[in-house]
Amino acid sequence: MISYLMRRLVTSIVVVIGVSVFIFILLHAAYPSPARAVLGLRANGAAVAAWNKANGYDDPVIVQYLHYINNVLHGNLGYSYVENQSVLSLIKERVARSAYLSGISLVFAILIALPLGIFQAVKRNSIGDNIATSAAFILYSMPSFFLGLILIQVFALSFPIFSFEASQSTNVFVVAGDWNAMTLPIATLTLVTVASFSRYMRSSSMDVLAQDYIKVARAKGLPERLVLSRHLVRNASLPMVTLIGLSLPILLAGNLITEQLFNYQGLGLLFFTSLVKVDYPTMLAYTLAGAVLVVVGNLIADIALTIADPRIRMA
Amino acid sequence: MAMPQPPLDAQRALPLGPEGGEVGAVQSGWRLALREFMSNRLAVVGFGILIFFVLFCFVGPYIYHTDQTNTNDLLANLGPSGPHLLGTDGEGFDELGRIMKGGQAALEIGFFAAFVAIVIGTLWGAVSGLAGGIIDSAMMRVVDVFLSVPFLFVVLILAVKFGATVLSLSLVIGFFAWQVPARLVRGEVLTLRERDFVLAARTAGATPWRLISRHLIPNALGVVIVNVTFQVADAILAVSYIGFLGFGLHYPAVDWGDQLSNGIGFLEDGYWWLIYPVGACIVLTVMALNFIGDALRDSMDVRLRRR
Repeated sequence: MISYLMRRLVTSIVVVIGVSVFIFILLHAAYPSPARAVLGLRANGAAVAAWNKANGYDDPVIVQYLHYINNVLHGNLGYSYVENQSVLSLIKERVARSAYLSGISLVFAILIALPLGIFQAVKRNSIGDNIATSAAFILYSMPSFFLGLILIQVFALSFPIFSFEASQSTNVFVVAGDWNAMTLPIATLTLVTVASFSRYMRSSSMDVLAQDYIKVARAKGLPERLVLSRHLVRNASLPMVTLIGLSLPILLAGNLITEQLFNYQGLGLLFFTSLVKVDYPTMLAYTLAGAVLVVVGNLIADIALTIADPRIRMA
Repeated sequence: MAMPQPPLDAQRALPLGPEGGEVGAVQSGWRLALREFMSNRLAVVGFGILIFFVLFCFVGPYIYHTDQTNTNDLLANLGPSGPHLLGTDGEGFDELGRIMKGGQAALEIGFFAAFVAIVIGTLWGAVSGLAGGIIDSAMMRVVDVFLSVPFLFVVLILAVKFGATVLSLSLVIGFFAWQVPARLVRGEVLTLRERDFVLAARTAGATPWRLISRHLIPNALGVVIVNVTFQVADAILAVSYIGFLGFGLHYPAVDWGDQLSNGIGFLEDGYWWLIYPVGACIVLTVMALNFIGDALRDSMDVRLRRR
């Protein structure tokens, strides 16, 4: 098990290095230097060249990459000339708000999708199952902004129960307490996630229900309630571990849309603003963070699966 | 009204076949798959919806003539009426005609991006699977790297930098979406390359390229075809996200996400025709493609096929 995890860790590090080089070179090709943002659009070529030389932007791209990674490893994510602030402080201001939105949506999604998927598998092809499957299929095919819009239309305009704008407070505790403003963004992200999770949970529960150990459990007279809680839930949830790990970065992307729709001052909106203002250092840091999160999410999922599944643990 | 039932004897006598069941002509795998596909009701509905949208977007403008190049403030934000079946938007464009135009972009980008992704992925997977060894590992690590690239962020950055056109968006989306077909094709090739017909072709002196193009890819095509529809669906969703964020196609071109995000400004005015029809178009198209994809996956999977 240890050797498997070590191998997994080494692969992850290789992939992180690969993806960071790739993204750095790609974005570098798109935006070679922030000189224009610093010196203004009317700066002459000589001034730009001088600024590039002074700040190391005329080095070969791989030297710039190593320089950048060295800085990142020392906690310096670059400087946003557009916002006149270090990228790290920009991210620090907002990371708690995004983590709250993603985190609570993920928790709600799991709490809903797990029982829903099991219910659908146990009562398969019943009316309830068909309704849930159809709803999941529609939500799955729906862009999240359209879902959010429908929620706004129904619950903020037609029946003004909730606010159509997310909480604007900079304090995450105030944000968390402001249910009036936060219900719709959380509901949007939760529903989108439930749509994909419940589909997987349903099919994995159906696979488990067909296993012999379920038949054995029933044959020895175990009450159905215990068959489900002891044997089905634990085994059917294993694929969910991987799915949750994989969904960490997807939530980040989902945030981009949801935060933009509800004007929520999180990391997604920061990335959106950096696109509009051509704030290259912020774009780079956010994209790299997204890539690292994908790899880390995968790794965490694999480690969690190793711990949860004795078949892997003992192998 | 009850249909008159034929007498029981006749029922039994008519379809009496040879012992051991009916013996028909041997059917090819493709034809079996087609029959399986046609017997899936959702798939046929999905296919019908897709055909409808292709006709609606590409043939519709020839029947329902609208001016989609000149803005007209006098016609802005009219409700649905005789001359404008779905009303007009903030610039005075006819909304129904605009949805057709946006749909052309969505479908073109969807299919072209899927094509790019499938071509790259199939070649990459086939070469990787056939080569094996260290080349295979290196090529698969490249796939891992691409799988870790945050798709939407990178596509947005490139769309902002290089401008969004049908061609550029298709290429960018396709270039970052080929990892799954590559993995699928590699998996197929790994089993195919041990088969006798590949050995026979090798013995006959087939070059690696001939092996890939004539023997491996045609036989791995099943998994690729299943993936195509999901690729198209994902690409259409991606375009709608790009358009929604305001980085989509530029005037006079338009895409569905862009239209919807323009409509949001009028949400509180109650101009529903600017939001819900175009949203429904996105959902229906993507859902139809997902239906088709699910059915194709079931019909290509020999184990699931009814006999």
